[in-house]
Amino acid sequence: MTETQVMDAGEVRRALTRIAHEIVERNKGAENVVLVGILRRGEPLARRLCENITRIEGREVPCGGLDIALYRDDYSVRQTPARPTKLQTDVSGKTVVLVDDVLFTGRSVNAAIHALMDLGRPDSVQLAVLVDRGHRELPIRADFVGKNLPTARAEHVHVLLREMDHRSDDAVVIAKPEDGA
Amino acid sequence: MTETSLAGRDLLDLQTPTREEIGLILDTARSFSEILRRPVKKVPTLRGKSVVTLFYEASTRTRSSFEAAGKYMSADVINISGSTSSATKGESLRDTFLTLQALTADLVVMRTPFSGACHQAAEWVDIPVVNAGDGTHEHPTQGLLDLLTLRDAKGDLEGLTVAIVGDVAHSRVARSNLWGLTRLGARVRLVGPATLLPPDADRLPVEVYTDLRAGLEGVDVVNVLRLQLERQSRALFPTAREYSRLFGVTREALKAAKPDVLVMHPGPMNRGLEISADVADMPRSLIERQVTNGVAVRMAVLYLLLGAEGK
Repeated sequence: MTETQVMDAGEVRRALTRIAHEIVERNKGAENVVLVGILRRGEPLARRLCENITRIEGREVPCGGLDIALYRDDYSVRQTPARPTKLQTDVSGKTVVLVDDVLFTGRSVNAAIHALMDLGRPDSVQLAVLVDRGHRELPIRADFVGKNLPTARAEHVHVLLREMDHRSDDAVVIAKPEDGA
Repeated sequence: MTETSLAGRDLLDLQTPTREEIGLILDTARSFSEILRRPVKKVPTLRGKSVVTLFYEASTRTRSSFEAAGKYMSADVINISGSTSSATKGESLRDTFLTLQALTADLVVMRTPFSGACHQAAEWVDIPVVNAGDGTHEHPTQGLLDLLTLRDAKGDLEGLTVAIVGDVAHSRVARSNLWGLTRLGARVRLVGPATLLPPDADRLPVEVYTDLRAGLEGVDVVNVLRLQLERQSRALFPTAREYSRLFGVTREALKAAKPDVLVMHPGPMNRGLEISADVADMPRSLIERQVTNGVAVRMAVLYLLLGAEGK
């Protein structure tokens, strides 16, 4: 594997600041907005977007983490450890912004939408991702994108976060498999 | 992802699993208890999987809790009870299991009066077999839900002292509890009349007490077992009244234990016999929580055993 860094900590921070502004602009404020991060890496990103929106709008925005292990369509191929879903609030009647680190095939987002609908009936659901790397397998698109990143299917995109990766700073890297590997 | 995986395995006892494997089941069950509090308590995970419960012995809570667990996870659950199965026509257990496998069952849950029958059945078929109680041997999912209930109440089990009181010799719950508890670092005492203690008690990792007050001295948890009158072929104690007077867990008897002692009972209770009514309904009693945790634990077991190999 050869790794190339495509975003540094500053770029991640600025992307999340811009997305926070876009969420507020699109929804004309943040009154009815709930941020829901898809576990695991979506959750810390949702929390940071929350802090940004709280700063911009001067009001607390509810924020939570959604586990999609039980809703994945590849349960029979691989098993993901199940974690608790923690939402601070009922999602019914709210504008829910789903947050994930990388948008790839769209299957995680599809699972997240199904998981969310079992918890209530949101007024609308929007999607914010830090990286959109293409190769969609489902008709799903993001409303808010940190960076569009053209990739080859065999490559891996890793979003490394200080909250969970034992790092002092964030980064986004592309890992390319070696030729012939 | 996780290194510990139970995919494709059987759950036959709590003597075999490692501390990590028990931890994985308990952690998974803890995250599933959130589903039980939802307005719509159903997730699509096990859609298309079929779970057969095969019960050759009476049971309300274990069977209905496996059935509820399967249904909340969207599995198809088929219940077969001993009295309606071909066993009454003389079919052997092996043929029954091979038939269930041929019917494309994905997992079989079995309760049987014969100790060891689940281990035997697991050798005959490729699909996972879950022991829901075999004779006087083990009842691993009951052991797991007791561990989960205790872990919720006490945090870590390391260093706790747990007294298992009553008809230990006939109790599969006691065996599963003692293996699970010692695996997680708790100390276990068996308390009861000598005739109701297992003959191999000296080979188990436990301390044995034949006096209730001495056995409860300073313990953190009391697990009261049901007096299994249906398993007693011989008179092992003179009268129920005498048993109740000497070994019934009452408020008075609990004074010997720690002030914050917790009381558990696997159910069904003989109130006034092995446990007094005021203790059963005491605020520090965990008995109702045990039932709810039973569903979460069984959901976790189905989820982990029916899953594909971890990646």
